[in-house]
Amino acid sequence: MSKEWPLWEVFTRSKAGMHHRHAGSLRAPDAEMALQNARDVYTRRGEGVSIWVVKSVDITASDPDDKGMLFDPSDDKIYRHPTFYDIPDEVGHM
Amino acid sequence: MNKDQHVEFLLRLGDNSLVLGHRLSEWCGHAPVLEEDIAMTNVALDLIGQARMLYSHAGEIEGKGRDEDAIAYLRDVLDWRNCLLVEQPNGDFADTMARQFLFDVWNFEVFSALTKSSDEQLAAIAAKALKEISYHRRHSGDWVIRLGDGTEESRAKMIAALDRVWGFTDELFQMDDVDKAALAAGIGVDLEALRPAWESHVGAVLAEAGLEKPSVTWSVKGGRTKGHHSEHLGFLLAELQFMQRAYPNSNW
Repeated sequence: MSKEWPLWEVFTRSKAGMHHRHAGSLRAPDAEMALQNARDVYTRRGEGVSIWVVKSVDITASDPDDKGMLFDPSDDKIYRHPTFYDIPDEVGHM
Repeated sequence: MNKDQHVEFLLRLGDNSLVLGHRLSEWCGHAPVLEEDIAMTNVALDLIGQARMLYSHAGEIEGKGRDEDAIAYLRDVLDWRNCLLVEQPNGDFADTMARQFLFDVWNFEVFSALTKSSDEQLAAIAAKALKEISYHRRHSGDWVIRLGDGTEESRAKMIAALDRVWGFTDELFQMDDVDKAALAAGIGVDLEALRPAWESHVGAVLAEAGLEKPSVTWSVKGGRTKGHHSEHLGFLLAELQFMQRAYPNSNW
């Protein structure tokens, strides 16, 4: 068994933030301790902050080698992007 | 309650915070893991912040021109009014967490009560500090459980740690004339009345950790009320106050 504590990825949402952003990673023996550590390291205890922690091994990342296959096809089909609509001014930014 | 008693009452609280904050600062860079290093220095900073507010308030009430620095750096051992528990050496990580936990649970009860103090400034300080102390109590309690319910070695160390500091907890519930005057004035706290809540919380955590309440029969008092300290405080103050003693009245 590895003596090293598992790695956790930390996502935080600031008080006025709309969604959680990846803040960084840290090592902790379990989720509860990871939360406490994340609070100390990444939020400085700013109030009204939400924290998510997830074990790094539970994250499946896309393979950089698949970049072309995954992301290029949408680039050359402009009809995939809803950019042809006239949006009334009163709707504002979308 | 006269002014001297009021000041004394505030200094007792401030001294607890500063001495324990100093002890925790000694861990900086030496904790078992990086994250715990940050957590312990965080708690130290909370405690030192509390001491500053309490000292400033005490200095204003006293009205003799002493500020937080004068109170922290220009008093010798016999003038300090912290409880004996907080001045005990860090020892190993279990020793530090045992000391921290027993104090945090008490401190939480004290500051909960102080939020209703008739000294409005103190009540405001307590309201701010209570958020921090709630976190301290959870953090140290978690470690008592983890170590007590961990490996055979960590369990043995936590048992030994609790045995070492348990005898200093009686002092926390002792009421002398200053405490009684503060209570009568609506400023202070009935420390004796806090005991059931303290025992209940400590007992619940020990049970979760699979630990027995220590069967220690000795108890020592006198730090809070008389300034009769263990041999450790003098060394702590020598380090804490060195710069001010060597270069008095410098601006920093």
